[in-house]
Amino acid sequence: MGKQIKFIQGNEACVEGALYAGLDFFAGYPITPSTEIAEHLSARLPRKGGKFIQMEDEIASMCAIIGASLTGHKVLTATSGPGFSLKQEALGYAVMAEIPCVIVNVQRGGPSTGVPTHVSQGDVMQARWGTHGDHSIVCLTASNHQDVFAMTVEAFNIAETFRTPVVLLFDEVVGHMRERLEIPEPGEIPLVERLRTAVKGGVDYHPYLPREDGRLPMSDFGDVHRYNVTGLVHDMWGFPSDNPKIVYGLLRHIVDKIENNVERMAHYKTFYLEDAETVLVSFGSSARSALHIVESLRQRGQRIGLLELQTLWPFPKDVIRQYCNDAATTVVVEMNMGQVCQMVKSTVKHPERVFLANRIDGGFITPTDIKNILRLIKGKGV
Amino acid sequence: MAVEDYIRQRFFPHLWCPGCGHGIVLNGLIRAVEKLGMSRNEIVMVSGIGCSSRISGYMDFHTLHTIHGRALAFATGVKLSKPELNVIVPMGDGDALSIGGNHFIHAARRNIDMTAIVMNNRIYGMTGGQYSPLTGPGMMATTAPYRNIDQGFDVVEMAKAAGATFVARTTTYHVTQMADIIREAVLHEGFSVVEIMSQCPTYFGRKNKLGSAVDMMKRMKEITTPIGSKKKAENPELIERGIFVQTDRPEYCSEYSQIIERAMGGK
Repeated sequence: MGKQIKFIQGNEACVEGALYAGLDFFAGYPITPSTEIAEHLSARLPRKGGKFIQMEDEIASMCAIIGASLTGHKVLTATSGPGFSLKQEALGYAVMAEIPCVIVNVQRGGPSTGVPTHVSQGDVMQARWGTHGDHSIVCLTASNHQDVFAMTVEAFNIAETFRTPVVLLFDEVVGHMRERLEIPEPGEIPLVERLRTAVKGGVDYHPYLPREDGRLPMSDFGDVHRYNVTGLVHDMWGFPSDNPKIVYGLLRHIVDKIENNVERMAHYKTFYLEDAETVLVSFGSSARSALHIVESLRQRGQRIGLLELQTLWPFPKDVIRQYCNDAATTVVVEMNMGQVCQMVKSTVKHPERVFLANRIDGGFITPTDIKNILRLIKGKGV
Repeated sequence: MAVEDYIRQRFFPHLWCPGCGHGIVLNGLIRAVEKLGMSRNEIVMVSGIGCSSRISGYMDFHTLHTIHGRALAFATGVKLSKPELNVIVPMGDGDALSIGGNHFIHAARRNIDMTAIVMNNRIYGMTGGQYSPLTGPGMMATTAPYRNIDQGFDVVEMAKAAGATFVARTTTYHVTQMADIIREAVLHEGFSVVEIMSQCPTYFGRKNKLGSAVDMMKRMKEITTPIGSKKKAENPELIERGIFVQTDRPEYCSEYSQIIERAMGGK
C-alpha cells in the first residue's frame, strides 16, 4: 500500500497527527481560526469509537479533557487567543495535577478579540506564563503541514512521558493554508503510550511519587486504585498539604521535570548555518518567509542561514547559543513585538548583535518585508 | 460493606466548623451509596472549590477535587469518556450556581447521567461569609453590610427549566429522606439535581442572628414541608421538599453511542 497523501489545511494536518498519536477524546468550542480542528474531529473520532463533545464554553472544554485524561484517554482541545486566555486556569490545574493533555492554540491577532481572521504570533509569552504561579510548560510549533503532523504526535508523546499539558502554538497562516501532507505508515513515528502502575490492587499506590527515572505511573479512574486528584499542593497520594517541604518538593518537581529535559524536547531545523554570518531565528509561518529570503540571498553570495525553532518552551537556550553566539548578526523573525527576540537577547553572548524583524499589522510577514528590514539593520536603507 | 469503609478515616476529624451541615450530607451520601451496594471503584466523585468541595477528599472513591465552579465540566469529561462509571458531583451554592452556573444549566440540558448535589448553605463559607446567588434579599453577609439586594435563584426551578430529568430538594434536618433521595438520584439515568439545604452557623447564621446550629436545623424543619402537603396550601411561604421531577429523556452518553454506530457505518 502506498503512502496516504493529502492536500489539506494545517488544521486538518493537526487532526491527522492527533489521530495517528492515538487521540480518543476531544472537547472544544468554536473559535476562529481553529474551528476546523473541532469540525473534522466531530466526524473522525466517532468512526474509531472515540468521543467528541462541543462544550458550553472554552473553560468547560479544557476541564472536560482533563476529566477524560484521568479515565485513561489521550485528549485534545483546540482554540485561539481569547479561548486560550479562558483556558489558563484549568491549564494550570493540569500542570499542578500532572494530567497529560494537549492544547492547540491557532494564533490570531490580539489582544482581546483582536483580528480574528488574520495571523499573529503574539501568544508566545502567554503560552509560557498565562496561568498563574511558578511552573514550566512545553510548547511546540511548526511551519508546514508535515511538521504540524510530526509536532502534534510529539506533543502527545511528551504529554504522556512527562505527565504534563503540552501547548501546540500554531498560527492562522499555517492553520488555514493548504498544502501536501504525507501521512506516515503506522509505526513510522514511535508513539508513547501511557505508563500505568504495576502496583496491584490492595497495595499502597502513590500517584504522585516519581520513579527513579522521573516518570509517574498512572492509574485510570475506574481501575483498582482510588486516589485523590487536586489543584492544591498535594502529597504523594494526591492529598492536600501545606507542609513547606511538600510545597517546595512539588514545585521543584513540576518545574524540574521539564527544565531538566530541555535537550530531549528541543526540536529545531537548521538551514545554511555552517558558515552563516547572519543568522535568522524564526518559527511557525514566519519561518517560511525567512527560509525564502535566506535562499534568495544565498544565491547572491550572502552568508546567511536560518535556525527554525519548533520547540518554544522550554526555551532551547543551548541551541540558540550554539548557532547565534558567533554570528555577526542575529535577526529574529516573528509576527509579534519581539517575544522570542527578547529570549534570544537574554540568551546569547552579545545581545547587542540581536535584532528584530517583525510585522504586527495582521498581514503575513513576506520575504520582501524581511529583506527590507535586513537592509535597515545593515544601514543600507530600504 | 460497613459505612466506615467508604470514608478515608485518616483525614478525620474533618475541616468543617462545629455545627456545619456538610458533615450530615457526607453521612447521607455514604448511607445512600452503602444501600446501593456499589463498588467504590465504580464511583468517581468530582467537586469544585469551597467548603462543600472538600467532601470528596473524605470519601474513598476515585476523587477529583477541581477548580471553582467547574466540577460539572470535569465530570462531563470523566463520564463521557467512560460511561460505565457512576459520577457524583457535590457542589456548594456559589460553586454550582454563580461561577459554575453555565456548566450547571448545560449539564442539565444535555441530560448527561450524573448526580449533582448542591449543598446550599446560602453563603461563601471558605472565604468568610460573602453573599451567594442563594443568599436571598434582605440577608446580611460580609459583602452585604447594608443587607443583600440580590434576588436569589430557586435551585429546583432552575434545574427543571434547564432540563434536568431528576430534581429533588431536602435538608440536613431530614437525613433519612436525604439518603433515600440521593439513592434515587444516583439510580436515575440522566442528569439528577439534589438540593440539600445545609446550615452554616459560623457565617450565615451568625451574620443573620439565626442562633446555634441546632436552632438553624429546627428552622429548616419549620420552613419546609413535603411536596403537595396541606401545610403548603395553607402557607405558600413554605419550601417544598421531596422529588419534583423524575422523567425519562434520552441520556447523553447513550445518544453518543448511537453517533458512534452511525459514524462507523450503521444507519
